[in-house]
Amino acid sequence: MKLLGNLNWDVTPFSDAINDPSTNTFVAAGAASLVIIGAVSVLILLTWFRLWRPLWRDWLTSADHKRIGVMYIVLALVMLARGVAEGAVMRGHQAMALNGGPLSADHFSELFSTHGTIMILFVAMPLVTGLINIVVPLQIGARDMAFPVMNQVSLGLTAAGAALIMVSLVIGRFETGGWTAYPPYTGKVFSPGEGPDYWIWSVVPAGLGSMLSGINFAVTIYKCRAPGMTYMRMPLFTWTALCTAIMMIYAMPPVTVSSLMLALDRYAGFHFFSNDLGGNMMNYANIFWMFGHPEVYILVLPAYGVWSEVAATFSAKQLYGYVSLVTATMSIAVISFTVWLHHFFTMGQSASVNIAFGIATMIIAVPTGVKVYDWMATLWRGRIRMTVPVIYLTGFFILFVIGGLTGVILANPTIDYQVHNTLFLVAHFHNVLIPGVLFGMLAGIHYWFPKVFGFRLDETWGARAAGLWVVGFCLTFLPLYVLGLMGMPRRSPSFTDPAYLPMEYLAAFGAVVILGALAATFTTYIVSIRHRKWLAVPLGDPWDGRTLEWATPAPVPEWNFAVIPEVSSRDAFALEKEGGTPYAPVSRYADITLPRRTTMGLTVCVATTGTGFALVWHIWWLVILCFTGLLLTMIARAFATNTEQIIPAAEVARQHRRWLDAIAQNTGITRDAECTSANRGLAAPDEVIR
Amino acid sequence: MSQNLHPGLNLGASHGDAHQQSELSVFGFWVFLMSDLITFGVLFATYAASSTPIAMAGGPGPAALFDLTSTGMQTAFLLASSLTCGMASLALKYREGPRRIALWLAVTALLGAGFLALELRDFADMIAKGATPMRSGWLSSLYALVGLHGLHITAGLVWIVVLLLLIWRRGVTDLIKTRLLIFALYWHFLDLVWIGIFSVVFLRGLA
Amino acid sequence: MSEERRERRSYLIGTLLSILLTAIAFATIPLDLPRGGTMLLIGISAVLQVIVQLRFFLHIDLSRQKREDLQLILFSLLLLGIMAGGTIWILTNLSQRMM
Repeated sequence: MKLLGNLNWDVTPFSDAINDPSTNTFVAAGAASLVIIGAVSVLILLTWFRLWRPLWRDWLTSADHKRIGVMYIVLALVMLARGVAEGAVMRGHQAMALNGGPLSADHFSELFSTHGTIMILFVAMPLVTGLINIVVPLQIGARDMAFPVMNQVSLGLTAAGAALIMVSLVIGRFETGGWTAYPPYTGKVFSPGEGPDYWIWSVVPAGLGSMLSGINFAVTIYKCRAPGMTYMRMPLFTWTALCTAIMMIYAMPPVTVSSLMLALDRYAGFHFFSNDLGGNMMNYANIFWMFGHPEVYILVLPAYGVWSEVAATFSAKQLYGYVSLVTATMSIAVISFTVWLHHFFTMGQSASVNIAFGIATMIIAVPTGVKVYDWMATLWRGRIRMTVPVIYLTGFFILFVIGGLTGVILANPTIDYQVHNTLFLVAHFHNVLIPGVLFGMLAGIHYWFPKVFGFRLDETWGARAAGLWVVGFCLTFLPLYVLGLMGMPRRSPSFTDPAYLPMEYLAAFGAVVILGALAATFTTYIVSIRHRKWLAVPLGDPWDGRTLEWATPAPVPEWNFAVIPEVSSRDAFALEKEGGTPYAPVSRYADITLPRRTTMGLTVCVATTGTGFALVWHIWWLVILCFTGLLLTMIARAFATNTEQIIPAAEVARQHRRWLDAIAQNTGITRDAECTSANRGLAAPDEVIR
Repeated sequence: MSQNLHPGLNLGASHGDAHQQSELSVFGFWVFLMSDLITFGVLFATYAASSTPIAMAGGPGPAALFDLTSTGMQTAFLLASSLTCGMASLALKYREGPRRIALWLAVTALLGAGFLALELRDFADMIAKGATPMRSGWLSSLYALVGLHGLHITAGLVWIVVLLLLIWRRGVTDLIKTRLLIFALYWHFLDLVWIGIFSVVFLRGLA
Repeated sequence: MSEERRERRSYLIGTLLSILLTAIAFATIPLDLPRGGTMLLIGISAVLQVIVQLRFFLHIDLSRQKREDLQLILFSLLLLGIMAGGTIWILTNLSQRMM
């Protein structure tokens, strides 16, 4: 028995680069070096700035929903950097791919497989989960999630999947069958290597983590709302979070099951999806998309929530059509479970099946249309400020509608037969995911950043980033529609028709702009941290917000609310401000119970990563060791005592009173001064005549 | 009556916080079970779609493999364990002291172990007849569905052991009451899934 | 009758009904009825037994306090029906066309 399973020195891209020096192997080795250099420099920086202890105490072992949310978003931004870089490499390669290109076909396939897997499961999902984590308990007036430790475990599982994908860049190769990993190509017969195993053991923990997050969010919203916060008084972001949570609960099991079935095929010789002995590979596509389609709406619904909040706040108006927005959100959540077949219209089933799912697909566009009109009506005659979130919103309005319309085109099976598997499809889903999800999440980060950290993000750099994202998106992806209609298949490592070249060049140029957008996004964060004193908004309400989360100091204390608020209407905080009764003093404070720090999530993360890595390389002793560790950790948790800490009432009172005093001494700012250093987070009534 | 809210739970009005936390956990676990139901549902659907001559690939079929007596005995074991699990819940709700609870839990575990032993014996018989999961797509889906249920039962047995240890070490605290309640949900849920399995897999296979 | 006895009786009734329904389902096999009738009987008794166990073991009923749990279960069954039913529809349709 080999102690290290299938591992040996030849599996790294470095040995490839030495044995076979070429552009292709150098790119792979360069990417691997970037991962190693990145990891090492993080370690060095942490040591240099003596950050290990705060990192451990305040972050890795914290069960605070806001900190867990921030960690999700940091994870997502790191993975976003890799995903965007991969996208740029692919566009660069294809621009040179007339009759061949710099990268090998397998390398190109690895790139689009990791790009897709990362962008969906390790960028979009953590962004959404992170934002929900931060915002929802604050919006509903809760102290934390219903299950804070399980929240940590969810993060640990997601991080484990992400870690494994990062490892695959340095050790071995990733899967080459796309982010969907369709068998039989990804079965043992056609992909005997470790690639699909890396995919499986990244996806399974991430899927489990998201399912647990879904349970956590749903129970929190069902059971932990502040008194008076009825369902129809919940802010719209919370509504979208609830629907997303429900979809996570029901849509994540299929992907976990299909991945594990694929694992059984590969590891144990089962015949779920094989060509021979009664396997049915189309069942894989079927199960995968039972997850895959709701997944799209899992991602986009919270973005719709962000747009609702942003549109209302930055036009200083009540959200138009609240009830229709809620109804639309719920309809989307249910209908999204009835459309999955449109991802394989061309499988060979009869026309009647296709028609049924085609119609369902067209129907799901209707509630989204309703929403767009609601947001526009919200902005109508509002006191609109062109802040960064509103720039994103504007880009979203125009671009997302185009993306949605191409989706309706694709919903028609006869048209889908013509353009499926072409770049038209690639253009379509990037057109909904980037302006929809990514813009939404970036806008959401900009909007709620001051709530979490106590200072605003720099508006100038933020606007630059937003502009570059919009322009970069248009240049990169609109040409792909044209290429798709010209018949260029997706996932092509090379092509022979020179007619594709002009659009390819344009798209490659667009990719450069997107790299610039990414750089500007990170610059925004760095510049803002450096100017944090100037941008500070400690009083907590920089945008004249309408919902409960803005009625707290910034950064929010660990316990969120000194006393749990009582809610008597929609937009509770806005009404209090209009009625002249915000920031009411509190006569009696009580002790607050919060979960204690725990290493549970971190242990689960390490053990899961270990199990996954060992499974990929067939290191059986390590599999047993890590998996047993995982089980024992969970059993040991059942015996844990002393899991709570108590914040004394005096401490709560001291901090709360200090904040109220600071508010009393501040005159506040009108909306004109919102983006100046005069903004300390207290809104004064606007003088503008409506 | 608030006591009827959750059978087996008598934390009473004086334990406001504990009651609220318990309600959260119970509801959360219900939601988890529903998610688990989808997991089983996917495997049920796969099994149903694989019950064709093509998916059996010339290998042994239901008539050659299924043993109605054994399935019936497994059903009996599981149903009996559901009843004893219910008795444990009642003991928790109405009786002071851990003894009766522990006893009923132990009986539940024994019945569950009996079920598992019979299931494993059936698997061994099938494998001896050459019906391994590697033989055909149909057998793969059969083992996956029935095996996943068996795995859940195994987890349930481990859970009982942990519960018994906790009761032995700490007595019946509020926290343990909630956990027992959740365990009861889990165990009854597995019986529900088994109704689906014996109907869809075994009876339909032999009909 | 004390609360405890009432509840114990409920568990016993549930068990007896389950035994009865299981027996009916299993009896269809040796009885050798026409296949369609057998399937129908098995199906009906399975559904009834699920309802019995939900009612008597899991204490789900139509009362107000249980409404949330019942709604959750019904919603889950809806999605389960869509997913499982859809899968069977799609895959049988496909395999018929591949004959």
